[in-house]
Amino acid sequence: MNLIRKVFRPKEDSSRQVAKERLQLVLIHDRAQISPGLLQIIKDEIIDVISRYVEIEREGVEISFTQNRNESRLQADIPLVSGRRRQRAAQ
Amino acid sequence: MARILTVTSGKGGVGKTTLTANLSVALAMRDQRVVAIDADIGLRNLDVVMGLENRIVYDLVDVIEGRCRLRQALIRDKRLAELYLLPAAQTRDKNAVNPEQMVELCEELRPSFDFILLDSPAGIEQGFRNAIQPADEVIIVTTPEMSAVRDADRIIGLIEAAEKNKMSLVINRIRPDMVRREDMLGINDVLEVLAIDLLGVVPEDEKVIVSTNRGHPLSMVDHSLAGKAFNNIAARVMGEDVPVLSLEKENVLTRIKRFFTS
Repeated sequence: MNLIRKVFRPKEDSSRQVAKERLQLVLIHDRAQISPGLLQIIKDEIIDVISRYVEIEREGVEISFTQNRNESRLQADIPLVSGRRRQRAAQ
Repeated sequence: MARILTVTSGKGGVGKTTLTANLSVALAMRDQRVVAIDADIGLRNLDVVMGLENRIVYDLVDVIEGRCRLRQALIRDKRLAELYLLPAAQTRDKNAVNPEQMVELCEELRPSFDFILLDSPAGIEQGFRNAIQPADEVIIVTTPEMSAVRDADRIIGLIEAAEKNKMSLVINRIRPDMVRREDMLGINDVLEVLAIDLLGVVPEDEKVIVSTNRGHPLSMVDHSLAGKAFNNIAARVMGEDVPVLSLEKENVLTRIKRFFTS
């Protein structure tokens, strides 16, 4: 099985693949004029603000930036600690 | 009335001047009246690549500053019927002229030619703005390397901001063997990222260096991969439908072969 997979799967760690991924990432930041460092700062501050009002699962927070020629989006995916889990923990 | 095409890239050294020289020659070989303008003031090279460096008397800056008439500065390439070069100045810099002056100059040339090709300098400063302002269409040159593609992306953004929306891409110096080995970005990789129309692909070819050594643009002799590619680009510029040479023929059989030889 492994033999067949090796034949049909493109080289995933090829320098071409690495270059393509790095390029796509660097262009997202270039086009938005948001540096990777800035995105981390934004993420930390969003977590702080939302934490003041609701309890959130910090480890599960995902903040991503996507862009194509027409639009750019900053998306935040923030899991909240559910009511039921809180009750169970209190028991 | 001429179409004004500016060849630019952002990144230096990707092949703008070579493309401008060869495209000018290829168009002239198709009976078009062509003038190539070197907009790289201070670092002129179009003259050398075209083999006309010994004939320079006046240059672009002399014309704009009124020291000579436009016709006096145009150098006629004796090898072809209607191919002219307007060289850049070597002793000034990009601030010697401004975009409005470039537009005026090109408008003066427009009635007498079919094509005006502007060889843009590298960068995003005044020199680039001088070369872009008169353009009807812009040809962006890149190589399949990260830095060149990144710079091309930036330059596309600036060109869009200048509302020059007729853009097309030339991918230069591609090495099909490296693409097959997955060690070089392929045509589709670059197109996916830059998302503009593809004008042509030019393979890496030693003969380009030889042709510059001699001052004989490669498109004058057709028996080279790069020369053929330049001529195909000229055909497409003139509206002909020439398929891009497929350089990526990876399929099951080649993968099996690669597996057994790796």
